[in-house]
Amino acid sequence: MSQVVAATKPPFWRDVKTLAWAFQLAVLGLFIAIVAVLVNNVRVNSTNQGIPTGFGFLDQPAGFPIPANDFRTSQPVREAVVEGVLNTLRVVIVGIVLATLLGVAVGIGRLSGNWLIRNITRVYVEVIRNVPLLGIVIFTYLAAVLSMPRVDESWTLGSFAIANVRGMSVPWFTGSGLMLWLVAIVAGAVGYGLYRWRQSVMNATGEPARALWWSLPAFALILFWGAVLVGIGVSGPSIDGRSVSGGITMQPEYFALLVALVLYTASHIAEIFRGSIQAVPQGQGEAASAMALSGWQRMRYVVLPQALRIALPPLGNQYLNLMKNSSLGFAISYFELTKVTTTAIGNRAPAVPAFMMLMLLYLIASLILSAIVNVFNRRMAIQQ
Amino acid sequence: MIVQWLRKNLFRSALDSIVTVVVGALSIFALYRLLRFVFVTGRWDVVRTNLGLYMTGSWPAEQLTRLSTVVVALAFLGGLAGGFAARQGDDSDDSEVEPDERSLLARAGSLLLRLWPAVLTVGLLLSLTSTIGPWILVAGVIAAVIIGRFLGARIPARTSPPVVVGILMLALASIWYLNAGVSWNNWGGLVLNLFLAAFSIALCFPIGVLLALGRRSEFPIIRGVSTVYIELFRGVPLIALLLMASVALGFFVPQSLAPGNVVRAIVIFVLFTSAYVAEIVRGGLQSIPKGQIEAGKANGLSPIPITTRIVLPQAIRNVIPALVGQFISLFKDTTLAGAAFSFTDLLSSAEASTAQDAFRGQGLIAETLMFVLLLFWAGSYVMSQESQRLETRLGVGQR
Repeated sequence: MSQVVAATKPPFWRDVKTLAWAFQLAVLGLFIAIVAVLVNNVRVNSTNQGIPTGFGFLDQPAGFPIPANDFRTSQPVREAVVEGVLNTLRVVIVGIVLATLLGVAVGIGRLSGNWLIRNITRVYVEVIRNVPLLGIVIFTYLAAVLSMPRVDESWTLGSFAIANVRGMSVPWFTGSGLMLWLVAIVAGAVGYGLYRWRQSVMNATGEPARALWWSLPAFALILFWGAVLVGIGVSGPSIDGRSVSGGITMQPEYFALLVALVLYTASHIAEIFRGSIQAVPQGQGEAASAMALSGWQRMRYVVLPQALRIALPPLGNQYLNLMKNSSLGFAISYFELTKVTTTAIGNRAPAVPAFMMLMLLYLIASLILSAIVNVFNRRMAIQQ
Repeated sequence: MIVQWLRKNLFRSALDSIVTVVVGALSIFALYRLLRFVFVTGRWDVVRTNLGLYMTGSWPAEQLTRLSTVVVALAFLGGLAGGFAARQGDDSDDSEVEPDERSLLARAGSLLLRLWPAVLTVGLLLSLTSTIGPWILVAGVIAAVIIGRFLGARIPARTSPPVVVGILMLALASIWYLNAGVSWNNWGGLVLNLFLAAFSIALCFPIGVLLALGRRSEFPIIRGVSTVYIELFRGVPLIALLLMASVALGFFVPQSLAPGNVVRAIVIFVLFTSAYVAEIVRGGLQSIPKGQIEAGKANGLSPIPITTRIVLPQAIRNVIPALVGQFISLFKDTTLAGAAFSFTDLLSSAEASTAQDAFRGQGLIAETLMFVLLLFWAGSYVMSQESQRLETRLGVGQR
């Protein structure tokens, strides 16, 4: 007695497709409505208080100086922002390099056969990872850097480094920076060429490459003599009465922020590398030992290349974090992007557009950095 | 025996021995400097005097009973939840976790060992106090946790929703009770950091799960909105968002509705952390094999029960360590609110206390910062250790 039900289309208000689209449009409408209300509120509130909503403030004179910089108060806000971006880049690029070196070293140390190394690196990681970064920044600034001696009582390490309350001085180049870059690029290109050539020789004939033995001395020689030829020298810092002359002096704020960021990020990078090295199958290391590779060779040619492939995505995240964390320079008055923006707001730049600009700049920086990481990621990925 | 151990672990080769000697000498020197600072040269009077400031900010003395009551009540609720969760685990799992057969004393001992940084810190705090109040509070908290745990294990299982809702409501009520005594805009010290972290965690978790589901949704518009939200908030620094909230949030709402600073901070923490939680949960969702969803469909479940009863429980279990890690960094990031809003939270009170008349210009910042960072460290370290333990107990990646 069963009745066959004809397969009819349900009415459109009960059709799943219609419902799904109606739901989506409702969510989109809600989203747009929220944004519209917020924008409208900004407009109304700004008009009521007579505050501009455009980006015209970028052309107004800044009205504040930037320490350790020849920026004048009469220059427009736009140029102050550029200086802020440059200061951020200074700390981020140097920080990424140093944090990676320290992090890899600590990460390998965590797996060392030496009990002492294993445990010291472990204590370092567990302590630094579990305290707030802002605390470390304030500590390196107030407790470490600012309690350094006066200039005439500086701590010195020959003419390699001078540390005092005005900052940290290290040797630096004199002469034209552009020429130095040119020489460095030429030397780097020659060194890289030699490296590739030795490797191709090894691949063709099987004789040991010793690529670094060839390329590093060539790089160093060309760099040195090239620099001498174009008139670039190196000057070490020296104490000259009440100030330090020669070399390059990092201001205390920069130095403190850099040290804090490097220590903090390196503790995270170390854990990433430890995990990645442990994730490389044990058989790989054993196979390398069976082929009579030395401990260093095993690490360099077998384990690390595979570990790096695993480590790269989280490593990129740490670089992004370091970039964003550089905004903590705000707390110790290092004039990076955030500090410049808030100072500009304190000097009558309108708050909402200024913060919009700040967010946009950080977003752009994040996008660029993650694009770079992605390029490396693709090159490292297993080729099939 | 000892010689063998030394040989194997410290002096395996010539290079190894040199490294051991050099690093050993350096670390003994560093340890000596640290211990000398802690026990000889450090001037800890500033910490002893300002202990109240670090814990509660400028909390009025006549309201301290209210605070203590709430702390004990929350400890009781925590114990209750813990006991209940343990009971649930026993009932619903036919897992291979063996019931604990050890004596009560042995279990208490291993608990103390596990929580040693917290025990050490509480001991340090008690040794620095001069009144009996904190001792009573600590005793009350311990008693409340034990009683709560005992009672929680006796709540009949399979009554989860009412019990969870009840515990949450009671927690909210205790915060309301506290706020009625001292407005939360006047809170400070460790209390403020803990409150900001706990409240934001509770709020950001459901939003994060929804965003993660949205980003994995089949609906393009939902996916787009969720993705834009997540990437926007992950691309900017938290401190910039907090500064914007402190200076410019007033522009985004009608003047009459402009919220107080604590609410502003919580709003930003929730918006920011939910984006990170969403990415973590998304990772968990991706780890669930498609067969699970298909099995749900084959059993005639509709999409919502498939998500809430099959996918989400497994997905979230897989990412518990990452979630705890995120919550630890939220706890640490509450210090940023102190910098952006000029709250007297734990970290900024460390700075503020060195500027008091009695202690000004003596360079005491190292002492106060070290003390305060020790508190943060103990909390974060215990949380991360416990999350690793939980990970092994739940058998993540093993079944």
